[in-house]
Order: sequence, then structure tokens, then C-alpha cells
Amino acid sequence: MNPEKPPAELGVPPLEIHDLTVAYRNKPVLWGVDLVAPAGQLIGIVGPNGAGKSTLIKACMGLLPCASGWVNAFGKPLSQSLGRVGYVPQRESVDWDFPVSVMDVVLMGRYGKIGLFKRPGAEDRRIARECLEQVQMLPFADRQISNLSGGQQQRVFLARALAQESDLYFMDEPFTGVDAATEAAIIALLQGLRSRGKTILVVHHDLPTARTYFDWLLLLNMRVVAFGPTDQVFTSELLQKTYGGRLTVLSEVAEAVGAKAR
Amino acid sequence: MASLTAEAAKIGDLTQTRWTEQAWRFVSLADPAVRYACLGTVLLGIVCGLLGSFLVVRRMALLGDALSHAVLPGVALGFLWNLEKDPVAIFIGALVAGLAGSATVSLLTRTTRLKEDTALGMVLASFFGVGLCLMSMFQRLPTGNKSGIETFLFGQAAALGPGDIRVMGSVALVVVLLLVAGYKEFLLVSFDPGFARVLALPTVWFERLLVMLLAFAVVSALQAVGVVLVSAMLIIPAATASLLTDRFHRVLVWSACLGMVSSLSGAFLSFLGTRLPTGPFMVLSASLLFAMALLFSPRQGMVPRWYRQRSQKIRIDHENTLKAIYQVLEAEEFTGETVTVAALAARRRVAPAAAAVEIRSLVSAHYATLSGDRVALTPSGWQRACAIVRNHRLWELYLTHTAQIAADHVHDDAEKIEHVLGEATVRELERRLPRIDTDPHGRPIPSLASAVAGQPASGGASDRPLGYGGRS
Repeated sequence: MNPEKPPAELGVPPLEIHDLTVAYRNKPVLWGVDLVAPAGQLIGIVGPNGAGKSTLIKACMGLLPCASGWVNAFGKPLSQSLGRVGYVPQRESVDWDFPVSVMDVVLMGRYGKIGLFKRPGAEDRRIARECLEQVQMLPFADRQISNLSGGQQQRVFLARALAQESDLYFMDEPFTGVDAATEAAIIALLQGLRSRGKTILVVHHDLPTARTYFDWLLLLNMRVVAFGPTDQVFTSELLQKTYGGRLTVLSEVAEAVGAKAR
Repeated sequence: MASLTAEAAKIGDLTQTRWTEQAWRFVSLADPAVRYACLGTVLLGIVCGLLGSFLVVRRMALLGDALSHAVLPGVALGFLWNLEKDPVAIFIGALVAGLAGSATVSLLTRTTRLKEDTALGMVLASFFGVGLCLMSMFQRLPTGNKSGIETFLFGQAAALGPGDIRVMGSVALVVVLLLVAGYKEFLLVSFDPGFARVLALPTVWFERLLVMLLAFAVVSALQAVGVVLVSAMLIIPAATASLLTDRFHRVLVWSACLGMVSSLSGAFLSFLGTRLPTGPFMVLSASLLFAMALLFSPRQGMVPRWYRQRSQKIRIDHENTLKAIYQVLEAEEFTGETVTVAALAARRRVAPAAAAVEIRSLVSAHYATLSGDRVALTPSGWQRACAIVRNHRLWELYLTHTAQIAADHVHDDAEKIEHVLGEATVRELERRLPRIDTDPHGRPIPSLASAVAGQPASGGASDRPLGYGGRS
């Protein structure tokens, strides 16, 4: 999106998490997460319900207090490099009856770049329109957001994150309520970002597609079970460890993996 | 009761006059007390309208209620400061009490299992109770000028003095300046506070600023509208505004204007009588405006909606009658140009009298003419009839051909769809269907180009030869 800016400094990882523990009301939900994300990769975060996938993202972004540990982005504490971090929250995190237009919401992605007490200018509007175009929502720019379907709302959030023009993205379940065609379009978009050197972490709950969508996978179940390139991590043994016996679909997937390996 | 303030007492001396004279005194603004009252209520309306918009869009209406009741102990203590109505002392006392109330709410929600609405309800009631106790105790104090303290309960715009106006004017200035400068930030913090934090915006400070401004607004409005009804002046104009528009900046502007109009007209109404409290009349005007918006707002109003539904029903009735006339003509293989009312009634399966009513409606819409008992279609009526029959049969054809639905399942659906198919959809259907000359039941589909009154064209008259009579 802004080719003049180098996507990531050589040798400095876009994201480094060290011994991160997060607790709700003193009950830990994530234990000692250690992770060094490689630059320019599309990284999927998968795990069963309650594994702490969203919690991990929110804690990274500073939206939840950490009981211990630290999170660095581009070699600095994440709170100091927020200007280079984009965020797609869960769709349910806002009130969609709020009186704003699609364009207003996407422009919010520019607020960090605009600075306090200044108004969005023509350039910000141009970028916002471009981002809407990329998610094929430009015709809806002047709609009020409550008149959108779930998938359209999700794409508005994605456009807002694109308007942030970041180098590291966190996306919390960007595919919920999205139809198959839109999902494919979004994945193509994310792969485009990745090939321009951006690092993208995506919380995802569908195991079969996770394997085809992501370059790297983080298997999470209250702790890091495994983190690595998809073809090394997506094994029946590790998936079994992540999901325990809780998922029946797991055995099918595991079998499919086994068949492929043989 | 000689407990009105000096200004109100001055007006009170003259209020034995007729209401028309009172009205003239208000409108002419000759009396300085009236000028202060007008200025004060205008400022109050703007400030409450602006800040109330945030409460309404953020679903925090109860916070306004809690805050406005929580200030009462502060008002009472402000009085105690020098035992008279000192605007600055009361302002500071009320502000401290209001902020203490909101701090208590957030303390309760953070440290206990109580939900926010419970905490708000508790703070509202307990602070208000303490305030009432303090006030009734001060009323019994033997010394000092206690006059005016009860105006804080229900409001008395006529009791506003230059000191009050200075306080209200400063609050209004601060609120307007901050909202104009920080519109973008307040919008984001209200819509998506999580995202605001990710953008490294000082979200917590903007939240605190908003509560602070809200407390300012409540406290500055107290004197004119009263503790009990301040929250109504926060909520009602903003609620009305959100019926009228769906963009936040317009909600703010509308809400400020509506707040201004309702507080000013409330002050006017209460001025007409003797010693009437202002607050209830302001809320009454605000509620009236809300009711008008509920009834007449162009998009969501009940009357425009009812009108739209009614005109749609009339259109559908017209179209059904026209279709029936077409079908009667078609059954006669277009040998005649007129149908009898009796034949139409039989086709529509209604009594002849009902059919006659339908015909009269068509005639008044210039779709048909009636001579004796025979109905003839005008050119526009004929065109409309062809269009609706065409819509119906194209839709049936589409359902059977493209959606693979059996021919005997499609009629009822088409009966509804025919009235709502737009021009663009019809073109789309024409493009998608390989042949559009006959419907699934074997009846010809009329074309629009050949629609000349009473003159069914034979094939070749149009670019799409579809002749009606062609089948016979």
C-alpha cells in the first residue's frame, strides 16, 4: 500500500511475545505464551473454543491487562509501535445501529495518522475509498452501517484496518458470517498484503480451511501447543494435542492429514 | 410564599395581568429577567442537546439520569457555603457531587459483581435521598436567606440572574469548542473504544472529559429545568434527533436545535401562568416535538409510512383490476375493446358493486373510462395492464425455467412479485430467458412496445415480436 516504506527491518521480528500470561478475574486463560512471528507471513491462530485465541490478540493490542510477560512489535514495546499495527476486532464489538456511514467507519482507520484534533483531508478520503474498493464495498460508502449484512460489516472493518496502512495486522475472526465467495476474496486480499511484506495474524476457527489459507499456524489451547510453518505443524499428533478429544471433526481432519502424509 | 428569588418576585408582582400581556412581555424581551431567562434556556437547550446525543447513541441514557440526581447533595452543600444562592458555590458543589456519583458507579461496577444499571440506579436514588434530607434540614434553619433552594427541584427560568448566565455561557462555550475540536475523537471513542485505544488515542481521557462535560451540562441546567427533569432534556431532544437522521454530526446539530426550541418554548409556557415551574413545561415541549417526529419524520414517521403503504395498496388494487380487464379481453381473444362490469366482477370473484367501486377508482386515475356498464381502457391504462400481465408471466416463466419450479407452483408467487418487479429486474429477466413469448401455462406474454389501446399488435410490430393474438 505504501511501497516507499520498508515493510520490516531486517532481522527485527514484526512481533515478539515473551512469557505472556493473561488472567480474567485471577483465573489464567493464557499461560506463558512465547512467540516470534516471522515477517511477511500469513499466520493463522487456531484452537478450540475457550483456547484464548481472541484473548491473545486483545492482550497483544493492550486491550486486556497482562498478568505477566511483554509484547514487542518491530523491536519496541507494542504500545510504542501502534502506528504500524492494524486491527480488525470481532464484529460484535460495536453497535451497528450507531448513526455513522460506511465511509465514516473506514475513515476511522486514518485517525491514528491524522493526529489529534485534526480533520480527515482529501487524501484520507481517497485512501478510504481505495480500501473500500479493495473489499468491493465502494458502492455502499454512503450507507448507514445498520443496513449492511454481516459479511458486508466484516468487510467494512477490514477496509478500516487497510486504511491504517500498517505493517502488522491482527484480525479477530474476520470470516464469521461471511459467505464462501467473500471469504475467498478476503483471503486473496490478505495474501496480496502478505506478498507486499506485511505480517498478518488471523484468528480462525475452521480447521480444514486453516490449512490451505495460512503459511504459518499457531496451535493454541490456553498455551502454545505448536507454532511453525503449516506443513510442519498441521499434523494429526499436534492437532490431537490442541483439541484433545473434544472435536469429532478432528479425527476426520487428522485422517485426511495422515492420508496425505502417506 | 415569599420564597421566590428577587427576580421572580419582581415578575410575580405583575403576573396578575392577562396572559396575552404576559406573552407580550416575554416576546418583547423588555424585562431584563425575561432576557436572562431566554438566554439561559437557549444555552441550556444547546448544551443538553449536544451532550445528550452521546448518551443516546451510546445507550447510556441512565447515566444522565443518575448524574442529574446525584448533584442534589452538592447543590444543598453549595447553599450551606454562605447560606445564599451563590451560582459559583452551587456550581462547584453540584459538580463535585456529580463526579463523586459517577466515580461511585464505576467503582461499584469494577469491584463488585453488580452490573452497571444496578449501580446507576443505586447511586441515583441514594445521592438524591441524601440531597433531599440536606435540603429539608436547611429549610428549617432559623437564619439566612434560603429562598430559591426549591427551584432546583423543578426549575425556575425566571430565577436566573446574570451570575447564572455567566456560568451557563462559559459551560456552553467550553462544550461547543471541545466538541468541534474533538468531534473525530469523541465519535471514535463512542463508536468503538477498543479501536480508539489501538490507535493510541487517549481513550480514557476522552471518556473522562465526556463525563465531565456531561456533569457541567447537568449542573448548569439545574436552575432552569430542575434536578428531577434535567435527564429528560438530555435524552428527549437527542432521541428525537436520532429519529430524524442517521449521521452523528446531524444528530448533534438537530439535537441542539430541538433542545433549544423545547427549552425556550417551555420557558415561555411557564411564564404565561403565575409561579409555574419551568422544567415540566420544557419537558412537555420536548415530548411534543418527539411525538411530532415519531408521527411525521419523513423516513421513519408513522404518518409518512402509513401514507406510503396506502398508496402502494391503491396501486396494487389498480393493477389487479387492470389485469382482470386484460384477462377478460384476452378470454374474448381481443375481439372487443370493452368489458362489462359484470364480466369484470365475475373475473375478480367480487360482487358487482365492489367491481363498480374498483372501476370508479380506475376512472379517477385516468386508467379507464366508463360508459353505461362497459369499461374501456385508456392508453395509459392499457399500457399498465400489459406491463403487469407481462411481469406476472415473465416471473412465472423465470421460476419454471431457471429455478426449476413446477408450473402449477408459480402462480401465487407471481401474484405478489408482479407488483414489485422494477424496470431493471424486468430487463434482467428478458435477458436471462431464452424465449419470452409464452408463459408456462401456454398463454402469450404481452410486449410493451406493441401496447396500443384496444389494438393488440400482431407480431412484427415491435423489435420483439410477441403478438398477443398470435396464438388464436
